[in-house]
Amino acid sequence: MSQADKMKQGQFNNPETPGYVGFANLPNQVHRKSVKKGFEFTLMVVGESGLGKSTLINSLFLTDLYPERIIPGAAEKIERTVQIEASTVEIEERGVKLRLTVVDTPGYGDAINSQDCFSTIISYIDDQFERYLHDESGLNRRHIVDNRVHCCFYFISPLGHGLKPLDVQFMKAIHNKVNVVPVIAKADTLTLRERERLKRRVLDEIDEHGIKIYHLPDAESDEDEDFKEQTRILKASIPFAVVGSNQQIEAKGKKVRGRLYPWGVVEVENPEHNDFLKLRIMLITHMQDLQEVTQDLHYENFRSDRLKRGGRLSSHGYILPLSPAKGPEPEETDKDMILQEKEAELRRMQEMIAKMQLQMQKQGDGEGDGQHV
Amino acid sequence: MMFNFPVQLPAHLQLHLQPAEGAVSQVVGLTHLEGPCERNEWDVVNAEPEEQMRGSGDTMSESDPAGVKGHISPESSTMRTLGTGPSCTNTVVSLVRHEGPEVIPSYSSSAMSEVVMPDAMVSPAVGVPYVENPGGPVGDFSYVGIDAILEQMRRKAMKQGFELNIMVVGQSGLGKSTLMNTLFKSKVSRKSVQATGQEKIPKTIEIKSISHDIEEKGVRMKLTVIDTPGFGDQINNENCWRPIMKFINDQYEAYLQEEININRKKRIPDSRVHCCIYFIPPTGHCLRPLDVEFMRRLSKVVNIVPVIAKADTLTLEERDFFKKKIREELRANGIDVYPQKEFDEDAEDRMINEKIREMIPFAVVGSDQEYQVNGRRLLGRKTKWGTIEVENIAHCEFAYLRDLLIRSHMQNIKDITSSIHYEMYRVRRLNENNTVLAHANGVPEHHLATHEM
Repeated sequence: MSQADKMKQGQFNNPETPGYVGFANLPNQVHRKSVKKGFEFTLMVVGESGLGKSTLINSLFLTDLYPERIIPGAAEKIERTVQIEASTVEIEERGVKLRLTVVDTPGYGDAINSQDCFSTIISYIDDQFERYLHDESGLNRRHIVDNRVHCCFYFISPLGHGLKPLDVQFMKAIHNKVNVVPVIAKADTLTLRERERLKRRVLDEIDEHGIKIYHLPDAESDEDEDFKEQTRILKASIPFAVVGSNQQIEAKGKKVRGRLYPWGVVEVENPEHNDFLKLRIMLITHMQDLQEVTQDLHYENFRSDRLKRGGRLSSHGYILPLSPAKGPEPEETDKDMILQEKEAELRRMQEMIAKMQLQMQKQGDGEGDGQHV
Repeated sequence: MMFNFPVQLPAHLQLHLQPAEGAVSQVVGLTHLEGPCERNEWDVVNAEPEEQMRGSGDTMSESDPAGVKGHISPESSTMRTLGTGPSCTNTVVSLVRHEGPEVIPSYSSSAMSEVVMPDAMVSPAVGVPYVENPGGPVGDFSYVGIDAILEQMRRKAMKQGFELNIMVVGQSGLGKSTLMNTLFKSKVSRKSVQATGQEKIPKTIEIKSISHDIEEKGVRMKLTVIDTPGFGDQINNENCWRPIMKFINDQYEAYLQEEININRKKRIPDSRVHCCIYFIPPTGHCLRPLDVEFMRRLSKVVNIVPVIAKADTLTLEERDFFKKKIREELRANGIDVYPQKEFDEDAEDRMINEKIREMIPFAVVGSDQEYQVNGRRLLGRKTKWGTIEVENIAHCEFAYLRDLLIRSHMQNIKDITSSIHYEMYRVRRLNENNTVLAHANGVPEHHLATHEM
């Protein structure tokens, strides 16, 4: 058996194996370091009031993120605009720390006129990118806090026949900035047939309007069959139709999390009842991927757009080169340009004056020599 | 012989009158007064004092109007005057005799044949011997038959048929069409009538009116369902109530125009919206600003019945909490939904309506599919965790809504529409006209107040 084969058999841990270098231990080291460092994840939830967003988040992470929550009445809602509320919670499981930030958007879609309700949300996302860009370009890059939004759960109402006009507009506005995961809320409103129909409608409309939602990466060919199968199932179930609950109900002799109705019990963790488990698995197993896509795709897009537009990041005094590209210039560079032009003009004029003075002097000298007509 | 026999006589009062020998057979019910009958004490109890009937100028008005009670001796003049003139024939006087039975003459069957009877009803008094009420000192006597008017009205109504116009308002997907189909157990909604390819949300609000003639047990009804697709579905929903207000006012206007015609139709076609069912999405928290705005404006012109749509989303506690919240918000915003407090007529009405008001808004689930549950076929929704039965009041309140709308309060809804909402519209419109005319003629405004309808 050749050394390569032995390596392939996975006998990495045995230092006795001849030819063992030891860098196979790197993943373990990375693992240990990450565990020590902890993970950061920012999740944004967007949807109309009353779709069960908070309940779902609490169910997903088995916490209570909103302990003192007061839901305002209709009269107060008339006055309100969309607000951004970020709550951070540190969850630890088996020594692995996760610093989870959930960004809630109360007031979205509530008003009678929802024309501008998502401009606040988009500014928030851009602000987080801006801040990261700022930190990344700074001098001290040791402790960069990553507050960028890694994933956005968009809640679709189960009551309609598909996407609403507001849903379409919002998703088109953010699909280039953040990973969008559409979720059908309160799925216990639907029978199985209605659920399938709604999922198909939603996917059709997403295609029709060219909305780019987050696509799960295909399983690598060297992963085991179970994982591949799981990924296939997950991909086929998008958008996930979920039910959230943190109440323990006694059903069929065991305690389950669910919702108790006079006609039966909806179990949150029963895959036949809803896709909650699938959503959770997707989030957990692809958390890393979501972060990567945010970094490699959305953040880079933002960065290149931003740098094309503005040439300077002023507060460090560190000037980035202006690329000779098109794109709308902000006003300050206009002023700089004008200043430079004016300086150039001044210099030219000064040169001209100097030349003229020289000529006059020459003339003055020459006058003594001969007559000038 | 113009005598209207009561069709259904109460058990203790059987009209058995035979003209006694020598009696004049045309006296209304009291022939034996002149005959050789006993001098008895009679209580004259007026069974159904129909006010309209009284106005026919008969002399009955000399006695007490309602609940005539008094001892009238056979020879008293009041009784006698009863017999005069055909105009008395419509009054119903049921006479309860105090003393024991004598030979009571029963009316000859010839009188009966004059009366046109509906097939179902047979007068029990034809040729039936006198039956004494075993309990007490009752006798029977001529029962004039005022309550026959009810039967006449009933027959007339059945011939004419009823009209009902219901409007359904709510966002798309709240189950409005399904609920209408479930309420009337037939395909009456817009979706059943149109061919639907895909559900497209219309860009503006449309008002679609579909009429059906349905019949049950000989009672015909012209049901018009007015649908409002596009309501609340846009991004900017400001003023989405305007087309609906306009439609309702247009119907009032059409009726008004017919009414003020010089040559009026015998029966003005009634296209006024009797009832507007407003569908609240089951968020479980509270009303949305759109809901409040809409109901505030429209409760002034039409009867609004709010319902919680697709209520199978809510557990029982969530449902109770939601309803309480909604009632609070309705109160806080001064929104008066049907049944309105100010239109309760009497204590009995108020009691019934209070019970209803405590249950508003009804949490409904609609379905037009049947499933087998416990050996019975029921309308419902079948899910993996159970089957929701639409007509089971432990599951949802559809049965209460149906009873309110159809079985118990339909006429009341129509009455309030025509006598209150329509009248308010009419007053406003005619005052507007007067103002316009007055300004044209230079009449100062304070003179107009005297021109009340």
